[in-house]
Amino acid sequence: MLRDQACIVGIGETAVCRKPGSGLSATALQLKAALAAIADAGLEPSQIDGILPFPNLGKSEVFAASLGCANLRFAATLHMGGAMPVAALRLAAMAVASGAAKHVLVPGGWNGYSGARVRETSSTDVASIPGGEIARDFYLPFGLTAPPQWYALMARRHMHEFGTTEAQLGAVAIAMRRHAQLNPAALMHGKPLAMDEYLASPMIASPYRLYDCSLETDGAAAYVVTSAERARDLQRKPVYVMGAAAGQPYPADEICGRPDFHGIGLTHAAPEAFAMAGVTPADADFAQIYDCFTFEVIQQLEEAGFCRRGEGGGFVENGGIELGGKLPVNTHGGLLSHAHLLGLGHVVEAVRQLRGEAGARQVPDAHIGVVTGWGDFGDGSIAVLRR
Amino acid sequence: MSETRHAPTRPLPEMSGLSGEFYGWCNQGELRFQRCTHCERWRHVPREICAHCGSFEWSWQRSSGHGRVFSWTEVVRALHPAFGNATPYAPVIVEMDEGVRVLTRVLDCAADQLRMDMPVAVEFVAASDAVRLPYFRRRDA
Repeated sequence: MLRDQACIVGIGETAVCRKPGSGLSATALQLKAALAAIADAGLEPSQIDGILPFPNLGKSEVFAASLGCANLRFAATLHMGGAMPVAALRLAAMAVASGAAKHVLVPGGWNGYSGARVRETSSTDVASIPGGEIARDFYLPFGLTAPPQWYALMARRHMHEFGTTEAQLGAVAIAMRRHAQLNPAALMHGKPLAMDEYLASPMIASPYRLYDCSLETDGAAAYVVTSAERARDLQRKPVYVMGAAAGQPYPADEICGRPDFHGIGLTHAAPEAFAMAGVTPADADFAQIYDCFTFEVIQQLEEAGFCRRGEGGGFVENGGIELGGKLPVNTHGGLLSHAHLLGLGHVVEAVRQLRGEAGARQVPDAHIGVVTGWGDFGDGSIAVLRR
Repeated sequence: MSETRHAPTRPLPEMSGLSGEFYGWCNQGELRFQRCTHCERWRHVPREICAHCGSFEWSWQRSSGHGRVFSWTEVVRALHPAFGNATPYAPVIVEMDEGVRVLTRVLDCAADQLRMDMPVAVEFVAASDAVRLPYFRRRDA
């Protein structure tokens, strides 16, 4: 049983930007965030003995060599795209609980704006996702080439079966944007969004408009995990991993033929994580939900059990996921309005909230928080955290 | 040196392995899916063995070519250079009468005319000298 055996003890983040670009290599960005997280934990880089790099964005060998980690004992790469940072949290917790490693670093970052864009690599690099060969042979020839188009197929069907509306997608975009107004570090700070502006924004891949899409960003973030016992000796208030799980849709490498078309990785992972934690979704004071596109927030809220399947549209309306609402979601502004840090930013924000350090966007007296990841064709991961 | 600018190459399937066999049938004007010899379940995309019964025995069985619209997206802004001049266009999931689903396009049908469960029939379109793709066209129910 993994409950409460591991803690997040350090977080780090670089500045985020779009134009003119970070001016740093993706590796340098990630090293900056890693050093910040290690320092936040009160550790020396040489004490890191486990590293879990983001798929295609770094190698443990390079991190270890650059940081001076002379005793790297544990390294793995989880090929789950944006579901990786939270899936890595579980793996890191397993590693420190078992003694395979003492201090595990999870870095992630990129020049997602000034460098290669996902919208391009998703169609040009077959190896960039596990379903790449299927996409090459059965999606790309028909013009289905990039993530918003893949997920739009899911959103469209959901709208048909459950009556989910465009305004409900807009409610997600607007909630993230409102939270970004409370976060000076957010790319969309100072740029509020109203429903009429949302509805007037250009269509990209229906039902997704411009403001349904996350922000291609340059930036990086990182966190450090250690055992609960060791965490008590460190300088920061530990954030405990109460429960964590990861899962895949079936089949994970092909979207169209799924017997359960609305099933995603979270469908299996969330019940496991909440059972391990011994709490229910209703016990969460906030949730940081991987928001690559607006509908994915609705879908994950449903599949994680915050509401029933088909009820996610109603859940996000009328401020339901805003600060002060039923369940504040993505209090930093998320991928949609803070920055696309591959889901690492969601973990960092969850830790800030549970430390009580979220400033103007602090959820009052936050005890328990949930963070999810989503990647590739619907891989999922979830962690239930407590202070 | 020539400064000729080439149009971006349109992505085409690899004509090898099981994908190559699938499109080989398309080139002959036949839509065929794998069908398990043991449990008789149809499957798509192509796989080496049957996920239901584990059998390696299967054959390419001819589809009725009939299906219904299951979902779609209208691509208004192309995110791949080869489709820059094709917008707007709509990738569509069709559920075949055999039960499998394919990602395709519906010919002569703007996105605002697409309807869930709309009946469609396969029609092959040459994407290059070497490959014909299974597109669909509206049909009477």
